[in-house]
Amino acid sequence: MREIRLMKGNEAIAEAAIRCGADGYFGYPITPQSEVMETLMALKPWETTGMVVLQAESEIASINMLYGGAGCGKKVMTSSSSPGISLMQEGLTYLAGAELPCVVVNVVRGGPGLGTIQPAQSDYFQAVKGGGHGDYKLIVLAPSSVQEMADFVELAFDLAFKYRNPAMILSDGMIGQMMEKVEMKPYRPRWTSEEIANLHPWATTGKPKSRERNIITSVELDANAFEVFNHKLQKKYQQMEEEEVRFEEFQCDDADYLFVAYGSSARICQKSVQILRGKGVKVGLLRPITLFPFPSKKIAELSNRLKGILSVEMSAGQMVEDVKLAVGCKVKVEHFGRYGGVIHSPEEVVDALEKKIIGG
Amino acid sequence: MAIDIKDIIKPENLVYSKSSLLTNRPMHYCPGCSHGVVNKIIAEVIEELGIQEDVIGVAPVGCSVLMYNYIEVDWHEAAHGRAPAVGTGIKRLLPEKYVFTYQGDGDCAAIGTAETIHACNRGENIVMVFINNGIYGMTGGQMAPTTLQGMKASTCPFGRDVQRDGNPLKMTDIVATLPGTCYVTRQAVHTAAAVRKTKKAIIKAFENQKNKKGTSFVEVVSTCNSGWKMTPMESNKWMEANMFPFYPLGDLKNE
Ligand SMILES: Cc1ncc(C[n+]2csc(CCOP(=O)(O)OP(=O)(O)O)c2C)c(N)n1
Ligand code: SF4
Ligand SMILES: [Mg+2]
Repeated sequence: MREIRLMKGNEAIAEAAIRCGADGYFGYPITPQSEVMETLMALKPWETTGMVVLQAESEIASINMLYGGAGCGKKVMTSSSSPGISLMQEGLTYLAGAELPCVVVNVVRGGPGLGTIQPAQSDYFQAVKGGGHGDYKLIVLAPSSVQEMADFVELAFDLAFKYRNPAMILSDGMIGQMMEKVEMKPYRPRWTSEEIANLHPWATTGKPKSRERNIITSVELDANAFEVFNHKLQKKYQQMEEEEVRFEEFQCDDADYLFVAYGSSARICQKSVQILRGKGVKVGLLRPITLFPFPSKKIAELSNRLKGILSVEMSAGQMVEDVKLAVGCKVKVEHFGRYGGVIHSPEEVVDALEKKIIGG
Repeated sequence: MAIDIKDIIKPENLVYSKSSLLTNRPMHYCPGCSHGVVNKIIAEVIEELGIQEDVIGVAPVGCSVLMYNYIEVDWHEAAHGRAPAVGTGIKRLLPEKYVFTYQGDGDCAAIGTAETIHACNRGENIVMVFINNGIYGMTGGQMAPTTLQGMKASTCPFGRDVQRDGNPLKMTDIVATLPGTCYVTRQAVHTAAAVRKTKKAIIKAFENQKNKKGTSFVEVVSTCNSGWKMTPMESNKWMEANMFPFYPLGDLKNE
């Protein structure tokens, strides 16, 4: 029987974590995502699935608790919002450098600084370009509904373990706070210690006589050896670009113009497409679901028959750089977005397409 | 008559052998450094308690960053100061395993102050070893939170000025006040007797973990002869004369 519930995006994250067999959640409160830990604490999964939930003293501690748990081959996750994610950057680069899987949810709010608690999409660069020091990437998934908030927790864990790499769910305060119906997935049991030893032979489980000791580390003092290791990381990111790109097309087939937008902005752009189609303008929407790897090839392919592209993001213009890189200089690419916690209306997006792309 | 070395290396002449858990990798520590002695003690303790298969160590950033090369157990190498958080993550998810952290004074008592205090305050059931050498050894001898008043370091070349730099921090005294800690002690490894005492303390710390008593915190007042710019012998004397009065040895808490 299907199990359908009405819930907030943040609550969906918590429910999905328990159901997909997560072993641990470590977090620190921050608006607009505190419901994730509040929901977990209220559901008491340690009494049912055995999942551990702990409130840490800071986001720095949370992400390092993940480093500990992930190294043991456990499915561990945290969630936060922009200022907290900034604090996690050191931990994230260590996780990437040690090739550890984990899931980090960013329910983005307006910055810079303490900023606002309202939704924004201004952490795109931080999420997709690495964020901390060194040459690394996170796998970045962008949900645009409460259903996807739930579904992407499992997907993020699967991809994180497939590639031994941290995965981020890049959401925003609108989807985190919004209520929608969600079809819940059935429970997936947590891995047993035997399964972990078999599936993740690199995990620190205590060294049995049968294997060499496992060491979770990101330090390598020999520069030449470290370059070789970096090559390996780059190959992994390339493989992600080849195999993991996910996106959704909305009325792209006959489009002269294209919106590129993810998450909340993609929902707004759907409405803008309807308004413009009503006026006879052939416009479509490409919604990247993975922000890294980015659907560059798809955008390049579409651009061959387009007259112009508007990248729509609740930021001063971050994703637009990747859209431009994908397109080269073949067609005009512009950015539109309200930011600092302000959400653009479908009409403002329509206006922007008309002025910046069609008329411009 | 010439003595042949082969006549001396015989089982009946064996008076000491290194722990089977110590790898054959030459240690990178400076000769005379306390780190090597404490690494060796930890290997011996794990071997004697017979818990090798159940131990996960957490190494810090500092001179002991490569400690995982020396002891035959599973390891995590943590970011600077974060070992107690990493240890928390491991222990919460593998509560039946033994977890220990090993940190220098910069790691434990400056950049990682919050992680140290909160792990102890939660009473994480782990062993925390704290190497207090009063200096940042790894980065070339800068002032540490534990550097004594008037003590010279590369970032206080005329001596620590408490007006400017603040007073040396007694992290061990702080964690002893927290209800989460069950055993807090300050030891040293400058003499054979001190080494034996430190070993006893670390054994006790692991036994506390077995009995789920909470956090055991073992400070080892240590020398950094390179950073202090002294010979190992001078360092030991200087430590006794200057460090011990400010960081007195003994148990601060034993419940
Ligand atoms: C975030 C960060 N800041 C600074 C450093 C540089 N650093 C490495 S070790 C260290 C100090 C180590 O001193 P201590 O913890 O006392 O260890 P010791 O070498 O004395 O054993 C510093 C500042 C770093 N690796 N990471
Ligand atoms: S620099 Fe100091 S702490 Fe580091 S290995 Fe040398 S003596 Fe030991
Ligand atoms: Mg030191």
